[in-house]
Amino acid sequence: MSIENISKQLPFIIPEITLVFGAMVAVLIGAFAGKKSYRAVNYFAILVLLAAGFASVKHSIETPTLLFNGSLVIDNFGSFAKFIISAVSAGALLLSIDYLEDRNIQKPEYPVLTLLAVVGMFVMVSAHDLLAIYMGVELQSLALYVLAAYARDSQKSSEAGLKYFVLGALSSGILLYGASLIYGFTGTINFQKIASLSANANVGVIFGMVFVMSGIAFKMSAAPFHMWTPDVYEGSPTPSTAFFATAPKMAATILLARFCFEAFGPAIAKWQQIVSIMAILSMFIGAFFALQQTNIKRLLAYSSIANMGYALVAIAAGPVFGPSALLMFVSIYALSGVGMFAVVLSLRSEDGRKIESIPSLAGISRKHPMIAIAFTMFLFSVMGIPPLAGFWGKFEVIKSVWNGSHLYLAIALILASVVSAFYYLRIIKTVWFDEPKMEFAGGLAATSISVKGTAILFALLMPFIGLLYTATLVAGNMFK
Amino acid sequence: MISIAAFWILSAVAVISALMVVSARNPVHSVLFLILTFFTTAGLFVLLGAEYLAMLLIVVYVGAVAVLFLFVVMMLDIDFVELKQGFMRYLPIGGLVALILFGMFIMVTSARIEAKIDPNMLASPTPDVSITSNAKAIGEILYTNYILFFQLAGLVLFVAMVGAIVLTLQHRQNVKRQSVTAQTARNRKTGVEIAKPKTGEGVSL
Repeated sequence: MSIENISKQLPFIIPEITLVFGAMVAVLIGAFAGKKSYRAVNYFAILVLLAAGFASVKHSIETPTLLFNGSLVIDNFGSFAKFIISAVSAGALLLSIDYLEDRNIQKPEYPVLTLLAVVGMFVMVSAHDLLAIYMGVELQSLALYVLAAYARDSQKSSEAGLKYFVLGALSSGILLYGASLIYGFTGTINFQKIASLSANANVGVIFGMVFVMSGIAFKMSAAPFHMWTPDVYEGSPTPSTAFFATAPKMAATILLARFCFEAFGPAIAKWQQIVSIMAILSMFIGAFFALQQTNIKRLLAYSSIANMGYALVAIAAGPVFGPSALLMFVSIYALSGVGMFAVVLSLRSEDGRKIESIPSLAGISRKHPMIAIAFTMFLFSVMGIPPLAGFWGKFEVIKSVWNGSHLYLAIALILASVVSAFYYLRIIKTVWFDEPKMEFAGGLAATSISVKGTAILFALLMPFIGLLYTATLVAGNMFK
Repeated sequence: MISIAAFWILSAVAVISALMVVSARNPVHSVLFLILTFFTTAGLFVLLGAEYLAMLLIVVYVGAVAVLFLFVVMMLDIDFVELKQGFMRYLPIGGLVALILFGMFIMVTSARIEAKIDPNMLASPTPDVSITSNAKAIGEILYTNYILFFQLAGLVLFVAMVGAIVLTLQHRQNVKRQSVTAQTARNRKTGVEIAKPKTGEGVSL
């Protein structure tokens, strides 16, 4: 591959280049101007993220194009996912601005690390060989470990960072070991070439496939690889948690879909059962363990595990019916996830402390009706109440497994949704009908207007998000 | 013949020293055994015809990583006896996992024997040593076909650097720092004060 060849491929990765360039500029501003530039760097990073998302949609192409010797693929599926990822990351970054200042850990590195993590996610989303998987995952997770431990003076945050790092390193090792097995048995790392061999794959290749899938399942916190999620979500600074629960999950699910559909498309019988088992486990573990939680961040962690189960159902539906349902579901999940965390972040008690336990949410509807309405919208949406977005996401997923004739998955999904509706409804009851136990800070301080704004903005999106449907249909059609 | 003998000797030493890494009482000995493992593995790489990887292993792992380990082990006061206390308690479950993994590895390795790789499928076949050296062959594809991953690896290192600084750098407020300008600007007037104490009285400073 000559230099001309390389430069010819650069226009296709403009979104990634935008992000990397933005991160470099941001780190320079941060290095020279120090803490003063915190806000400026944040707003700059948000602009860069939006520009990258816009660029990925604008430069999306109908026919899938392979780049860099078949390492990356640029297609509608990936471009759509990139757009959503950059949108929710921008939302999560917006949430972080006031929170970090409140806790006196405002440093311009936070947006820089977010940008670099998003670069990793972009690589994951358009990965087309095993090396791209590993590099993308590693770039993403390494930045996330630091974001988890960002409040370094807090014991809980350090614990979260360490736990995430140790378990994440283990899972990266598993992923890499699987990749080496696949490479050792097929002699290639390219998805297309692996697919041509995977129809009658050797036991070694299947081993490798299982290992790689486990590694990715860890990153998307699907059961039985979910153990780290509640602790990490609880301990990390809340804006970091908002980020963890949305963008990386989306990237990891898309990556798993790509790996299953593109690299092991012909071996569907081999991975379908694994994905189905993980889906059922995640849905029920997420639903039942969330029942006992009193901390809202832990509850949202289990809720995210359950939601990853629903996403896995869409993957289990196979390459024909799955992709558009998957895109629709995870996009809606990611957008409402950011919104829910925006609500959690916008609440504080009179003495300025953040509120994290569910009983202390009692009666916020009286002081802050807007926040309460937004929160209710999100909860109804993730529950799957008809006019709201979450319903259409789940509906598409059920339709996809129905068409793929995996009825038991559809039934499991509905059962798990019913169980999880219980704890979502319990929060709604606490918010609207319980007597307030403590005073909330009057009228939300002026500093958190961005947080409140994000919450309401994303809540407004909820009824209209069904419009995504056509876009996901187009984007998901490529595997047919 | 020699290569077969070398293989058995090197792999036996590698396995035994790897066992010693986890079982040695003295952590410094553990690190030294680790270095021995790296050396013998490098020898195995040479036997496979991957001389560049062998060099890399020694330079990176022995030269940097293991020495770093040694420093950490010597500088941090870790009570290794206490760390090993749960050993017997976790042995049954840990042993079971190890046993299952071992069985799986045997399954995979035996599958490797019957697997045939189509030479046309190879991502980038290693050229014969008589044509180009390993280092040159890697260099030729690393900066062309795999330029993207080369750059991404740079980004990963960049993240590690930024992360390490974010998590550890502290600007302490109440620390006296050397100020060269203040030191050189000091003169007799500001530096010395001559007091003339009277007999029987002290000086107020």
